[in-house]
Amino acid sequence: MKELICIVCPKGCHLKVDEEKDYAVTGNGCLRGAEYGKAELTNPTRVVTSTVRCEGGTHPRCPVKTDRPVPKGKMMEVMAALEGIALTAPVHVGDTIIENVCGTGVNVVAARNMDKGG
Amino acid sequence: MYDVLIIGGGITGAAAAFQLSKYKLNIAVLERENDVAMGATKANSAILHAGYDPKPGTLMARLNVRGVELAKGLCQRLDVPYRSCGSFVLALSEEDRAKVEELYRRGVENGVPGLQLLTGEEARSLEPNLASETVCALHAPTAAICSPWEFCLALMETAVRNGAELHLNTAVTGLSPIGGAGAEGAGGASPSPTGQGGWTVHTDRGELQARFVVNAAGVEADAIHDMAAPHDFTITPSRGEYYLLDKSEGARVGRVIFQAPSKLGKGVLVAPTVHGNLIVGPNATPVKGNDTSTTGEGLRSVGDAARRSVPSVNLRESIRNFSGVRANTDRGDFILREAAPGFIDLAGICSPGLSAAPAIGEYAVELLGKAGLTLEEKTDFICERKRIRFKELSPVEKAALVEKEPSYGRVICRCETVTQGEILAALHGPIPPCSVDGVKRRVNAGMGRCQGGFCAPRVVELLSRELGLSPGEIPQDQSGSWLLKVETKGGHRDV
Amino acid sequence: MYDLIVIGGGPAGLAAAQSAWEKGLKKILIVERDKELGGILNQCIHNGFGLHHFKEELTGPEYAGRFVKLLSETGVEVRLDTMVLELTPDKRVHMVGKATGYRVEEAKAIVLAMGCRERTRGAISIPGTRPAGIFTAGAAQRYVNMEGWLPGKRVVILGSGDIGLIMARRMTLEGAKVLACVEVMPYSGGLNRNIVQCLQDFDIPLYLSHTVTDIRGRDRVEQVVVSKVDKNRAPIPGTEMVFDCDTLLLSVGLIPENELTRQAGIGMDRRTNGAVVYENMETSIPGVFACGNVCHVHDLVDFVTAESQRAGEAAARYVLEGEAGQEGCLEVKNGDGVTYTVPQRIRPEQVESFCDLFFRVNRVCRNSEILVISGETLIARFQREHLAPGEMERVTLPRVLLDKAQGEITVSVREVEA
Repeated sequence: MKELICIVCPKGCHLKVDEEKDYAVTGNGCLRGAEYGKAELTNPTRVVTSTVRCEGGTHPRCPVKTDRPVPKGKMMEVMAALEGIALTAPVHVGDTIIENVCGTGVNVVAARNMDKGG
Repeated sequence: MYDVLIIGGGITGAAAAFQLSKYKLNIAVLERENDVAMGATKANSAILHAGYDPKPGTLMARLNVRGVELAKGLCQRLDVPYRSCGSFVLALSEEDRAKVEELYRRGVENGVPGLQLLTGEEARSLEPNLASETVCALHAPTAAICSPWEFCLALMETAVRNGAELHLNTAVTGLSPIGGAGAEGAGGASPSPTGQGGWTVHTDRGELQARFVVNAAGVEADAIHDMAAPHDFTITPSRGEYYLLDKSEGARVGRVIFQAPSKLGKGVLVAPTVHGNLIVGPNATPVKGNDTSTTGEGLRSVGDAARRSVPSVNLRESIRNFSGVRANTDRGDFILREAAPGFIDLAGICSPGLSAAPAIGEYAVELLGKAGLTLEEKTDFICERKRIRFKELSPVEKAALVEKEPSYGRVICRCETVTQGEILAALHGPIPPCSVDGVKRRVNAGMGRCQGGFCAPRVVELLSRELGLSPGEIPQDQSGSWLLKVETKGGHRDV
Repeated sequence: MYDLIVIGGGPAGLAAAQSAWEKGLKKILIVERDKELGGILNQCIHNGFGLHHFKEELTGPEYAGRFVKLLSETGVEVRLDTMVLELTPDKRVHMVGKATGYRVEEAKAIVLAMGCRERTRGAISIPGTRPAGIFTAGAAQRYVNMEGWLPGKRVVILGSGDIGLIMARRMTLEGAKVLACVEVMPYSGGLNRNIVQCLQDFDIPLYLSHTVTDIRGRDRVEQVVVSKVDKNRAPIPGTEMVFDCDTLLLSVGLIPENELTRQAGIGMDRRTNGAVVYENMETSIPGVFACGNVCHVHDLVDFVTAESQRAGEAAARYVLEGEAGQEGCLEVKNGDGVTYTVPQRIRPEQVESFCDLFFRVNRVCRNSEILVISGETLIARFQREHLAPGEMERVTLPRVLLDKAQGEITVSVREVEA
């Protein structure tokens, strides 16, 4: 039995998830809570947001994000993959920065336009 | 060989350098920190005391009264924020009344002009926020407020423009008389009192030689003294804690409001500042060394005491707490004398040191003259300083300035309306700042209610660009007070 | 002469200008002090924005970018790198910019959208030394996300508001060790989602009912002392924990930035620290409106957008149709459990069909009733399963109910048995 706080809405229900009974959730106030509880134990995922270096732009760093959630355990690996990247302005929001990052099938994309300047 | 080396770049050293730079002399100031005004000068009540407090007949009494008189003209000529606001000393009980009357008598004896004893009612009609318990008050119209760090900077900048050298980041480690015994300096067990041939000043950046040495080392003045002469006084640092309140509280009182003195000193005051804020403090706690921390207990006691004289003061409008360490000694007076041949002490400069400073500078010249220094006045002495304060200009002046120099059109500190032009001017001034707080002391950026939260990154950017350094090399204040650890995405991650 | 000048080009200003344009104003100017539009969103690179407004999860820069793009398709004029120095009661705006010089512009209507600033160490009087290494969370966020510098490697965070939590994760992802997040209240001021994803994901302990009681280090922070506090938030001696760290981040509250508002003589609310506003976000000066964090501090940018759209629409109506009448104006009062309301005044005549009333509560409540009362008359009652000070609440009052009120209405919260 695992206990966790539901994050689906501000209520913050205290969920109990029973791994032995096919991740049955109790303590949830709604159906979305049950889904969250099961997913959080079977395959927790997170969107990673960070920055990469950017040369010749209005700022020295460009914000990026994974375009879909990646497995929670891969967050640090994704961060490491961003270390060596150096973009050159201009950059457009949505531009793919890394395809299939760390074999997750998820892309890292630019999260803003970065015009030339400095 | 220098004619005079001054140890210490606080208000005392700056005043001495300023006065000496009027003469044809080769002088230098040695300062341990990366900027001037780094000790008690930047952390005090910012008040020019009228001079009723020191015991009549002391140097302290004489130089205080003379100092405030000089300060008025100097602040005007050197463009230092100054306001002649006057002060009250309140008697909050019948027992206090005798103390306040005693101050009145002292003041008259010290030659303080314009002193008046007011009834509680008279005092409250001038300052409506005073406690109803006020039974009488001493009014000293010559008391004033100023910007102490800008006063110090202005004096030192003017000295530099008149040819004095300023050696920052230079700590004195020892003194040895030239041609005397025990010339090893720092480690010398018994310094010889033979400095007729001048002094070798040992520093962490090498040796310098001078015919005369002036000890203006503040809290460290006893240690410096002991390098040149037999031990005969001890500094007992006394810490005072303060609140600085938002401008919303700046008009709570119009004058400096003291309480009747106790054995702990002048007590907690409530006063306006030249920057439009309200200052509340200090207490007095003996500390070891230069301990400028604040304590929960100390701040509470300061707040409680302040509310006794001004009950409505709102400490929730605090924007900063700080503390400063006064160089108190076991003497009842400033220690100003030739302690060894060619070695002058300007020591024990506790309160009213800021008020007396200009006069201490004059007195230092007198002491040096008596000790044999030849004083020949320059004909081209510069005694003027002006800086642009964008915020204080009229709309027409602002428009003209920005048209001429567009960098005055970019506001960097929005709380205090400080422009990029002002920061750049400081960076190209006689004593350029090298830290974020150095910029603050020169142009007020970061002094407002957001305390640099917004402008500090922009100031770092300007400093790094103008000084040709990486942002990681820009300190908050003294060297070692680094701001930024490491670049992101630089391959420095510990995995 | 402009129809409308919007002061501030963050999310509030962008939405207000956009809506005023859509409602028919033609000559609109946004004055922005930074070199780009978007305000604080540009440094909020985390996601979670836009769920209400765009029905998808965006990062801050993306959210701002969408509005900037919409605006570029209008005729709204933008003056960047320009700071407003003064607003006069007759709606003259003094501004200065490096490229634009010193100018005074007049407008028929004004929208105040200057946002807010962070509370600092000085505001909460944390004792100790004063070394480098003490940052507001927002300042650290700017260094890390925009300038590309990590301010420190071992971090303690005071305050569990959302910015503090977000920075715990950001600093950790960038290679710092976040040792603790310390909250003086017995509950967190941040969203559960952030507690889970920013602290628990990285095993960062959250100390509730604790605060920082000492800071040590001469040049740079070396240690931070954390103590437990009692019911009155006073530190309990003997509960000290010492953390060896080089950085203290403060996430201890936001304060609306109302220097210009006060200067103009606009009526202020001591509880919100913003202007007193009517149902359409109009201030005490007719034709001057306030929206977003300059009016009251919001938790979600989506709500800033919605509020600012109403302000922009109202500004357009003011310019096109003239001043609103004051007949039957109701004063909104804070009853038990309510710390503030926005608006503070409602003119039922100006309410088309519904009026949203926003407020905050002063404690965590389960199963509560929100009561709206005028004199002895109960105007409306709402049920809530969960209320917390960190979450702005909203009730919607229909015009027909407002018409029943006389002079004032009081909003209060009452906990009921489950």
